[in-house]
Amino acid sequence: MPPPLSQHLLANHLVGFLGSALLLSSFAMLALRRMTSLVRIFALQGVLLTLSTLAVAILSSESHLLFSALFTLVFKVVLLPAILFRLLDKLHIQGEVESLVNVPSTMVLGLGIVVFSFTLAAPISELASTVSKGLIGVGLASLLLSFLMMITRRKALTQVLGFLGMENALFFSAINATYGMPMVVELGVAFDVLVGTFVFGIFFFQIRETFESLDLKHMDTTSME
Amino acid sequence: MILLAIVLCPLTGALLLGAIGHRRGAAHLNILFSFLTFGISLLLVRQVFTTGPVTGGAEQLFSDGFSAIFVVLTGGVAATTSLFSLRYMAIEKTHGHLTPERTRLYLALYQVFVLTMLVVLVSNNLGLLWVSLEGATLATVLLVAWTRTPASVKAAWKYFILCGVGIALALFGTILLYFASEKTLGPGGTALLWTHLDSVKSSLEPTVIGLAFIFFIVGYGTKVGLVPLHSWLPDAHAEGPTPISAVLSGLLLNVALYAILRVKVLADASLHNALTSHLLMAFGLVSVLLASLSMWKRQDIKRLFAYSSIEHMGLATFAFGLGGPVGAFAGLLHMTAHSLIKSAIFFVVGHVVQTSGSQKIPDIRNIADRTPDLARALTVGGLAITGLPPFAIFASEFLILSAAVSRAPWTLPPLLLALLVTFGVIFRRIQEMTGGSDFPVPRPLHQPILTFFPIWIHFGLALFIGLFFPETVGLLYHQALLSVGLTHGQ
Repeated sequence: MPPPLSQHLLANHLVGFLGSALLLSSFAMLALRRMTSLVRIFALQGVLLTLSTLAVAILSSESHLLFSALFTLVFKVVLLPAILFRLLDKLHIQGEVESLVNVPSTMVLGLGIVVFSFTLAAPISELASTVSKGLIGVGLASLLLSFLMMITRRKALTQVLGFLGMENALFFSAINATYGMPMVVELGVAFDVLVGTFVFGIFFFQIRETFESLDLKHMDTTSME
Repeated sequence: MILLAIVLCPLTGALLLGAIGHRRGAAHLNILFSFLTFGISLLLVRQVFTTGPVTGGAEQLFSDGFSAIFVVLTGGVAATTSLFSLRYMAIEKTHGHLTPERTRLYLALYQVFVLTMLVVLVSNNLGLLWVSLEGATLATVLLVAWTRTPASVKAAWKYFILCGVGIALALFGTILLYFASEKTLGPGGTALLWTHLDSVKSSLEPTVIGLAFIFFIVGYGTKVGLVPLHSWLPDAHAEGPTPISAVLSGLLLNVALYAILRVKVLADASLHNALTSHLLMAFGLVSVLLASLSMWKRQDIKRLFAYSSIEHMGLATFAFGLGGPVGAFAGLLHMTAHSLIKSAIFFVVGHVVQTSGSQKIPDIRNIADRTPDLARALTVGGLAITGLPPFAIFASEFLILSAAVSRAPWTLPPLLLALLVTFGVIFRRIQEMTGGSDFPVPRPLHQPILTFFPIWIHFGLALFIGLFFPETVGLLYHQALLSVGLTHGQ
């Protein structure tokens, strides 16, 4: 039995609201300087993803999305942030602040990216048959915003958070375009992300051991021909 | 059954070497597993070409003629590289660069790397193909940073971040593909399976597929090393241990291009235009030109040959972009020949660097007097890679050029210029390194037979293919390309 109309409208608004919150969090990542705040925003993105997956699951009555939501909760709200906070703790960089140049121009560029993404996603949204098809543009925009973050930031940890943000955006796009990927693929992707996070962790220690800093500008001075 | 075996063999090897890789004789175990995998790959190709495509593992695994050729190539080059790496690591050990723990890491990751590449090739699920190609990056990134020098850590980080971003874009492409196919195939597990996609490819939504292909070529193209997405490649090749340079160049780039070609087949059928061909031609041509011009100033021998890899992958990409029976055949032949020759060149270069104590070209002199065998091998490698007859690259480049004449004549002058430049640069550098007027101290290589066995096997095969290309192999190539649908022109 389909849910009553008022409930349906509410859930629809909720999905839209969560999508815009995700977009905002991607912008926040572009501008935040403190490492701890960045990891917190990443955890918040996990919460938003879980809730929006849950909302889409209820709206569309696709039961396998409930499992995806649960999985996201465990993986992106609990496990990954826990690993990242532990890393911050072990590397003693909780309070570290990254100096950013040109935040306003990055933001303007970000706005341009959002407009571009929605234009690009518009024909796809028209073809989609999902309840939340309007949000495919949000996924693409978050993907490119995280990409922008990786380009503009010079610290190893912020680049990794950009990478993880990209993965969040991809997950969000998949949920809204096709109610998620086949389960075996979703699990495989999550496995890669987990292994990747561990490898990143190993790398942090290697980078610090070699360059005595996690700031990549020290890396730039290493000549490679 | 056989598909499961080819995945399980390197998996067992990885687990076993992860457990006991620090013991004595572990390197021999690595060789054993690599050759076992090669043996299974030969069985697979025989089965595929006698009884047709094989499916297994609840439809998740699949191999047709096209992927079987790459499976054999991957299995073979991985096996000979394991032989080379035995000698290479033995010499590194005498230089004191090795601890048992790091040997274990190296050997286990080597098997994991082979495993991920094979899974890419025999995966029927384009989503799992993505997962596995990302796995290949994860396995090799620690190997690139294996020497722990500042330059190697920097190279590995760059490799990790750039390929990570690239592959994320390819995942978006996969999502779009799933989005399009789900409309015809219905939701659930089958909509990303190649065997199902292949049967409905002409009814996939063209707008979505076109966009997906752009994401795919940018994403997987990063891994192929297509210009302008190539900047990780020379660093990773130059700073990693040489056996890893050999398999990166000889195998991983091929596997990534294989992934693009699979998607190209789907996109072509859906789009009914030349978008994919034009994209491949453009990326290929720019890569060939830029790589050959970049070789001019390179002072690092491994970096020089890394740029040569970009050039050759560009040529293969260009050939598939030209399409048609000749173009596609030339592309596949070029990938095979490049894989054999480039990995053998890295075997030689590895020993050259070890006996010279430096990988800077100005510091490497007198190879001909110090180690005449290496100088001979290096010269033969130079002849083979620059496309002189009678080696296989001559045949493939000749076919590529003749396909270009009939389909896109304007590309001929830049291509010829690029080939001429690479020829000049590589020969000049080899001459500089083998010659010299100091008083050299001869440095004999220990166990020369074992050292040179993999090198001459590769060059011998390249010569054999170039001289008398066996008709059966030619037929197999045609059959493979025909079955996958790559022979259709623009």
